[in-house]
Amino acid sequence: MIYLIYLIIFGFFLTALIGLFASWVDRKVTARVQYRVGPPVLQPLIDLVKLLGKETMVPKGASKFSFLAAPLLGLGSVILVSTILWFNCLNPQRTFIGDIIVVVYLLVLPSLSIIIGGFASANPLASIGSSREMKLVLSYELPFLLAILVPVIQGGFTLRLGEILTYQVQNGVILGSWSGFLAFLVILMCVQAKLALVPFDIPEAETEIVGGPLIEYSGTPLAVYKLMKNMLLFVLPFFIMILFMGGFRLSGAHWINGILKYLGLVALITVIRNTNPRVRIDQAMRFFWGPMTILAMMAVFLALKGL
Amino acid sequence: MSITLKALLKSPWVFHLSTGSCNNCDIEILDCLTPRFDVERFGMLLAGSIRHADVLLVTGSANRKCIPRIKQVYQQMPKPCVVVAIGECSLSRGMFIHSYNCPLPVDKIIPVDVYIPGCPPKPEAIIAGVVKLIEKLSAKPEKK
Repeated sequence: MIYLIYLIIFGFFLTALIGLFASWVDRKVTARVQYRVGPPVLQPLIDLVKLLGKETMVPKGASKFSFLAAPLLGLGSVILVSTILWFNCLNPQRTFIGDIIVVVYLLVLPSLSIIIGGFASANPLASIGSSREMKLVLSYELPFLLAILVPVIQGGFTLRLGEILTYQVQNGVILGSWSGFLAFLVILMCVQAKLALVPFDIPEAETEIVGGPLIEYSGTPLAVYKLMKNMLLFVLPFFIMILFMGGFRLSGAHWINGILKYLGLVALITVIRNTNPRVRIDQAMRFFWGPMTILAMMAVFLALKGL
Repeated sequence: MSITLKALLKSPWVFHLSTGSCNNCDIEILDCLTPRFDVERFGMLLAGSIRHADVLLVTGSANRKCIPRIKQVYQQMPKPCVVVAIGECSLSRGMFIHSYNCPLPVDKIIPVDVYIPGCPPKPEAIIAGVVKLIEKLSAKPEKK
């Protein structure tokens, strides 16, 4: 029963609210960087309501079931991930062994749902976008996993997020150590690619393949995708916070600290997005399999040495 | 006014369709997105795909090759939607009124809600036109 409450209240409503707010922060910071005013606070919510009220069109020749089910798959997995993360943050003692593996698996599903939706929509540009997304997933998963190994090793070879959190409460944040800092840099880049933001927005390249896999989506499925992306904008920085920055605690003044950490991460991601050009898919792959993997391996060796 | 219509007026995503214009109107449309005018503060975004759009901006004199495409794009747009004709060419075919290649103005091809004249219209005129459109839609509860 308590899990259901966590699923509905924390997993869905709170995450959606924070995600919508984060996407407003993202748009506002982008506007300020470009000397514009930017949209009002409620804008992401208004967009969502508007999309829910529009007609849903299924293109001719598309596979109807997978076209309409793919967004729900992505949204469902994001809700599950955020439930697990919130549960870990609020009661670190009562989690199961191996939840970090579950989270890593579930975090692949949003990308997978975008790939399925793109291929199901029978549009050549969507297919190009999906195949690029597939290559991007293949390239960033390796350094992502290596970077996650660092907190696992530092927390005493544990596979429970709760133990990583309690380790950080006792010994200070993992970001403070050398290996933690290197792994943090790597995972920041991977999150940028997971969110498909600008240096790695190759699958969605608006000016090139006009939205990529989402090109044929309209109405409610598009709203579900937008909500999924907004929630990912909360879930992924939250995951980084748990692994490297001590998570989010409600006791005392720690909650202000947690909010500041989160907003700082979102602002960092937005600034990276605004100050970089888009790279090509082969450049992204070389970047992730070359420098990022080497950096992550160095971080793992340092962590094994205890630095 | 229903909540979806209200939301539609607060976040109109714009798709712009050039039916053989000289690009001046298109450049003026893009001007609206620049820091000086910044229509994103009203929630307007330039959508890349017609499936995401709520407003269809038509520029240029609709020539023979374009007419079936205009109809097709209009059919592909999900339906509470609005059409705006921008520039003299799309309003009345402008200087191409006697051309063999421009048989019809845009509003004889698809229903047009707002006309923004000018060759090209200033960004101020485009924003004023959109304001008129919003007033018109808020006054009338029913929309196709």
